[in-house]
Amino acid sequence: MSLIAEDIHVSYGRREALRGVSLTAQPGEVTAIVGPNGSGKSTLLGAITASLPFRGNVSLNGRDIGTLKPWELAAERAVLPQASRLAFPFNVIEVVRLGLQSGTAGDRPEVPMQALARVGLAHYANRAFQELSGGEAQRVMLARVLAQVWAPVEGGQPRWLLLDEPVSSLDIAHQLQVMEIARDFARAGGGVIAVMHDLNLTALFADRVAVLAEGQRLSFGTPIEVLTDDILSRAYGCALRVSAPPPVGVPYILPHAASA
Amino acid sequence: MAVVTDIESAPRDRLSRARALHWVLAGALALACIASLEIGATDVTLLAMLAKLAQGEALSQMERVVLFEIRLPRLAMGVLVGAALAVSGAAMQGLFRNPLADPGIVGVGAGAGLGAILAIVLGALLPVWMLNLVGNQMVSFAAFLGGWGSTILLYRVSTRHGRTSVATMLLAGIALGALAGALSGILVYIADDRQLRDLTFWGLGSLAGASWAKVLSAGPLILLSIGAALMLGRGLNGLALGEATAAHIGIDVQRMKSIAILAVAGATGAAVAVSGGIGFIGIVVPHLLRLASGPDHRTLLLNSALLGAILLILADVIARVVIAPAELPIGIVTAVLGAPVFLWILLKRRGLVEL
Repeated sequence: MSLIAEDIHVSYGRREALRGVSLTAQPGEVTAIVGPNGSGKSTLLGAITASLPFRGNVSLNGRDIGTLKPWELAAERAVLPQASRLAFPFNVIEVVRLGLQSGTAGDRPEVPMQALARVGLAHYANRAFQELSGGEAQRVMLARVLAQVWAPVEGGQPRWLLLDEPVSSLDIAHQLQVMEIARDFARAGGGVIAVMHDLNLTALFADRVAVLAEGQRLSFGTPIEVLTDDILSRAYGCALRVSAPPPVGVPYILPHAASA
Repeated sequence: MAVVTDIESAPRDRLSRARALHWVLAGALALACIASLEIGATDVTLLAMLAKLAQGEALSQMERVVLFEIRLPRLAMGVLVGAALAVSGAAMQGLFRNPLADPGIVGVGAGAGLGAILAIVLGALLPVWMLNLVGNQMVSFAAFLGGWGSTILLYRVSTRHGRTSVATMLLAGIALGALAGALSGILVYIADDRQLRDLTFWGLGSLAGASWAKVLSAGPLILLSIGAALMLGRGLNGLALGEATAAHIGIDVQRMKSIAILAVAGATGAAVAVSGGIGFIGIVVPHLLRLASGPDHRTLLLNSALLGAILLILADVIARVVIAPAELPIGIVTAVLGAPVFLWILLKRRGLVEL
């Protein structure tokens, strides 16, 4: 009952964006995908979510995703895109209900408000989605995704949250809040895969980390195994020191302190 | 995490308001139908005829003709065409994720216009057996073929590897429209005066030529297309989030696009074929309804059909009494009444949010 991607190749025209990447994510864990810009992180998530044509195999809870219909996939996993533009003047609660219509929560009308409360925006239910700030919109979309797979485990099967840079437009408090939601979902038995830019948050919340560089997987393991000077310096192409204090005089913001 | 709960945060339910609107609009449609049968250029009125029937008197020949052969088919055609145009508008706007899209985008208008002009200008050159086959419905027939054909062409051009690109369709539609316009220009150039007059009036649209034959030939296709479009509500809601997200929440996006395009081509193609170019219904009706009860397509599509029918019937009543016994083309009425309303809405809401 895991999410297994094997030997994934994706090409954009002539350019091969992914060259044989494999990844196994277990339910109960937060699996982070990190790497420099253009390393293929979002492309890998695109293959796992079946939004891109790819070569290779992806199986979700033991079934090949190529054989599943869109609505069968939607019942097992929800996807948070990087950015969302909404076409019509839906209000916030209506956007969250769009997730409910397709997911496993079925016709439980209380779920959308609970999902909004989970991201701290219950009092925004009647606002127009188009009037929200970027960060608020991102959290409403997370609520929509949560409403789609509201129970982390259903019928003995784990549900999956696939998040593409879930904290990209959030302030630090909401970065922590969103990552806590993801971790709680995993602790309750669901599976989470998140594309991450912030290595500190990754170290704090991920159980497994895949490091991509130039379309290939450089390393895969626990944060302690993977987030090392050597691996990160090779992946990002610049000298990085893990756990080293920054040069004197530069402010240093440490998210680790928040959970202490 | 503090959960704020107060009276204000209870979600307002626009969906139940939209569902209540189904019944309000259905009632209004019934009233509009009665008005349409009651009012006309002759002194014959529905009430007087009903009074006669109630007293056991037979209707005169003229009354029967006015009611059953003129007003009733015209009413049926108005309902069908108004519903077809408004539902097609709502479906296109959902598909293109743009509140200003109208069925013209998929080439129906341009193709139907070219077909009609071809029939009007060159129709007499057809062999006699073909003329006998299509009879006096040749213009309608050619307009439908032109509208349907150009939509299918655009659909083919913009579909690659089983995926239809909405952006390609939009651009190809502009190119096809320009080409159809140029060909029409050539035909206008060689047309004689009477043909030019026919062309102009066809372009303005009218329900004046309504007959049971036209209702029966366009009706089934329009009803089938509207029926298909009404099933697209959930899919179009998902599409508001973008194609990728629509797929992620379980919608078969390609299947939905195909149904939407074919339904719009069928409904609009048939409507334009029997009534000519009637503008503005397809844009303004869905827009008014979104203001009234929100953008949820599960209710918007049916409400659009009802309100479209109501508005077109009322516009037709105005068209035939305002300069009676002559008649105004209905496209003029819808534009004169509709365009200022539309502008007013735009100005009133300017700066608030995106449409």
